[in-house]
This record gives sequence, C-alpha cells and structure tokens, in this order.
Amino acid sequence: MLAHIVRRVAQSIAVLAAMSVLVFAAVYAVGNPVDILVNPQSDQADIARATAELGLDRPLAEQYWRFLGRALRGDLGRSFAFNTPAIGLILERLPATIELATAAMLLAVSLGLPLGLWAGLKPESAAGKTILAGSTLGYSLPTFWLGLMLIMVFSVWLGWLPSSGRGPTVDLLGVPVSFLSAEGLRHLVLPATSLALFNLALVIRLTRDGTRDALRQDYVRFARAKGLTERRIVSVHVLGNILVPIVTVAGVEFGSLIAFAVVTESIFAWPGMGKLLIDSIGVLDRPVIVGYLCIVVTLFVAINLCVDLLYACLDPRVRLEDSA
Amino acid sequence: MTPARQTVTAFAASRVALAAFSLLALLLLGALLAPWIAPQDPYDLARLELLDARLPPGSRSSAVATYWLGSDDQGRDMLSAILYGLRTSLLVGAASTGLALAIGVSLGLAAAWFGGWFEALAMRLADLQLSFPSILIALVLLAVLGQGLDKIVAALVAVQWAAYARTARAAALVERRKEYVEAAVALALSHARIVFRHLLPNCLPPLVVLATAQFAAAITLEATLSFLGVGLPITQPSLGLLIANGFTYLLSGHYWISLFPGLALLVVLVCVNLVADRLRDVLDPRQRR
Repeated sequence: MLAHIVRRVAQSIAVLAAMSVLVFAAVYAVGNPVDILVNPQSDQADIARATAELGLDRPLAEQYWRFLGRALRGDLGRSFAFNTPAIGLILERLPATIELATAAMLLAVSLGLPLGLWAGLKPESAAGKTILAGSTLGYSLPTFWLGLMLIMVFSVWLGWLPSSGRGPTVDLLGVPVSFLSAEGLRHLVLPATSLALFNLALVIRLTRDGTRDALRQDYVRFARAKGLTERRIVSVHVLGNILVPIVTVAGVEFGSLIAFAVVTESIFAWPGMGKLLIDSIGVLDRPVIVGYLCIVVTLFVAINLCVDLLYACLDPRVRLEDSA
Repeated sequence: MTPARQTVTAFAASRVALAAFSLLALLLLGALLAPWIAPQDPYDLARLELLDARLPPGSRSSAVATYWLGSDDQGRDMLSAILYGLRTSLLVGAASTGLALAIGVSLGLAAAWFGGWFEALAMRLADLQLSFPSILIALVLLAVLGQGLDKIVAALVAVQWAAYARTARAAALVERRKEYVEAAVALALSHARIVFRHLLPNCLPPLVVLATAQFAAAITLEATLSFLGVGLPITQPSLGLLIANGFTYLLSGHYWISLFPGLALLVVLVCVNLVADRLRDVLDPRQRR
C-alpha cells in the first residue's frame, strides 16, 4: 500500500513537471514572450525594461528555472485587464466554481443512483425503458444548449427562476457561498441542473449496467437462495458492489465538471473562474489564462491522485495485487 | 456470409438503430445539398431583408415565400441557415474524426508492433492527454492558436487522437500473438505490410465503435467552442454559432433563433449516439451476451 502511494505521488509530480514545461513552451518559447507578458499598450521603454526584468536574454534552460521558481511562489504575472496579480484574481473566483460543481455532482448522484437502480432492477418495465431513453438523451444534449432552454422556459416564459448571477452570498468560514440563502439557492438551481445533466446520465448508465451485472452474479443468487428480503439484497449486496466504480467515476468527473463550468458560467453569468477564463480569452489577458491553466492542472492532478488512493482503499483487489 | 454482411444484418435487426441511421442519412443529404435545396442563400447579404428581421416561424415575406422556422436578427431564413450550419458542423466533425483516427491508429499500431521506448512515449502522452477533459485542452489550444476552420480541426484532433491510439494498441496487442501474424512474419513480409494489411483489419471493430461515438463528441465540442466564441469565425457559422447568436434575443422572447438550430444539433447527436450504441452491441465481443 505504501509503495502504491509513493509511486502515485511521484507520478503526479511528474505530470505537473511535464505540464509546467508545456505551459512554459506555450508562453515563452513560441512567439515573443514580451507580447504575452507585457501589456500591449505599454511603450518602448516599458518593453525594454520588462525584457531585461524577465531575463529574456538568458539561455532557455535558465529562463525555465526562473519561470518555475516564480510559479511555485504563486507569481504568474499581473492581469492586463484588472492590473492585479493574476493568481489572486483566479483564487477569488474559485469558491463560486467549486460551489457550482459540487451542487451539480450532488444532484447527479442523488438522482442518478435511484433512477439507475430502478432501470437496472426492472429493465423491461415502462419506467425502466423511459429512464434509459432519458439517459441517452442526456448524453446527447449539449450542455450549453440545455442551459439556454432552461433559461427560456424557467426564466423567460414561466418567470420562476433568475437567469444570471449568483444572488446574495453568505460568508461561510470567510468564503462567500450562495446555497445558504433562499435567494442564492434560487440562483443556483438552473446552472447546477444544466451542469449536472451529463453526469446524471452517466451515473444512471453506470448504476444500471452495474446492477444488471450484479444480479447475475453468484453472490446475489446465493443471497436469494438464503431467503433474504429483496430490499436487503439490493441495498447490501448489489449497491455495496457497484458503489466502488461509481465513486471512482464521480471523483474523476468532478474535475471535468470544473472544466465544463466554463460553459455554464458564461451562460448564467456565474462569477466563477470559468467565466473569468472566457472573458480573459476575449481580451487576450494572457497572464490570467496561464494562471487558470496552472491552477486547474494542479487541481486535476490532486483530484486524480485522491481518487486513485481512495480506489486502492475501497477495492481489495488493488491492495492485494500491490502487495503480491 | 462475410463478416461485414453479418454486421449489417445484425445492425438492421434493431428498428430504433435503423431509424436513427436513416434520419442521419437524410440530414447528411440535406446538409450536402444545402446550396440547392435551401430557400435562400443565408450568406448573400444582398438577398437579406432587414425588414424581415426576427419574424416568428411561419411568417410570410416578400423575398422568401415563407419563413418556416422564422428569421434571425438580420432577416435571414433560419431553415436555410440551419442547413448551411449543419454542413459546417458535419464537415468539422468528419474532418477531425478522420484525421484523429488516422493519426491515433497509426501511433497505436506502431506502439504495439515496435514496443520499447516508442510505445512508452506514445502511451504516456496519451495518458497525459486523457487525464484532462477535452474542453479544457481545446479551449487553451484555441486561445493560443486563434479562430478558424483549420485551427478548430487541429484542436479537435489534439483532443481525440489518444483514445484511438489506446484502443488500437490494446486490440493490436491481442492480435499480434495470433498465428496469422506469426505466419506473416515467417513469410518475411515488410513491417508496414503486416501492420496495415494484416493487423489493422482485425483491429477494426472496436475502432469503428469508438469513431462513431467520437464523431458525436467532436460535433458537440465544436458547437460548444463556437458558442463560447473561440471556435469558428462569424463568416463560417456552424450550428453552435447560430445558437450563440440567438442567445442575445432569447431573453426578449425570440426563442426560435436558438431553439431550432439546437434541435437540429440534438437530432444529429441522438442519431449518431444511437447508431454508436447499436454498433457497440453488434461489434464489441465484451457486450455479447
């Protein structure tokens, strides 16, 4: 187990190192870094000063070490648009994105598990078939168009829910959150639903396939033969065995929810870091783009690492294989 | 019966899949023939009537007989715009799927055949790509590259090659241990001939399934990127850009500008996914029960 942890941590660090080289190559080695790192509106003297300051006359390897050193200290340059450190700007918006992604994941799992279980236990029933068809539709629906249609129906036609912004926020341990006030919750409903749909379809499918597989296994037949109640068979023997892959996928998918929040946030004007990224791409605010990339990559590597270690804890086969 | 014929017969046994395939073929034909069957050339500015802007579906006008699906903010017939947009969307999807398939499969087969450092390098690269969501990689690439048809195809290929490489390598590793490959090696055929004439055809089934599913993913991703304004330029509107254009007018109740291009996109995606599901049932031995 310890060997597994050490190996996975080392792998994660290797991925981070590889990504730092790629980011460095994109910013420094391709094209003129002065264009990327210095405000295009600055004059000749500013550009000369910045070139010397950034050490662009040094060899590439030395430049990379300097870039890495600054990045590790959290210095990724100043935003052109806001004239504040890029990293601070992004971290300020991080809680809104995490809140949105968490709400979407909770929604997907809390609805997807029972629906998938139903479809797996009664695949031939009308409800089972409807759930399966619905999940195929959910797979195909583009997130952004679903968001527009939700706005059209619930904000424009029915006027039930707000279509943009985060609403009033309440501080929770110093972090502003929306879900603690009724008005904030109303703002959260539409974006979270639109972001959740793809994962809802995914959880339904995984649960349904897992349930159907489990029902054919000997341990379920044996439990039936023992005369256990259907409720106990489903909740202990079926659910217990399909939960491991679902937890794993839910963990990995949390990262892609953060990435896909870019789309949802721009539609619903949700003030998270995804919307910041799109706005920054629009005005070519490159330090912010680089900063977003660094933070999201680090977040991703951390999530993958956690999921992997969790998986090793949950699944005895991984543990045994490793110690053998 | 040949294996190909067997597959077609098995595929057609599902009425849903057959219907999805027929509808897809019809839409493909409509997109191909757009310049001849569309009521209007939506990008000939001289033909657009600003007076006809934002007419609801079914309105009659002077220039085009009837705007069956309404008109947009510039008096453009939505039906024509959708047919032309579908053309762009399907073209981008097909081009990126084809290119990613060619690159990914070549790398995957070569990795399985030659092994060694080449295999390690190619597969680590694929792992790296697959550990990040496609939209993130595509967004960052397009932020660096800029807009354009060629650039979005490049971004989609960069996002999709790895899945093909992995699948091709996995299939080829199984196949290369079989006797017909041993026989081909004993005959001293060239590496290229063995890999492409003997190994590749036997690795095709899982790749066909994957390519169909990835085709839908490519179309979705292109529409999403264009919607966000980093994909195609305004001069080559795909369905995603049409939807983005309609977003501005959605809040004032002009629903049709976003609704209909989105429905067209949805129908295409559902059809492709249904076809992919059926192909998976027919071709993937793990799913056979």
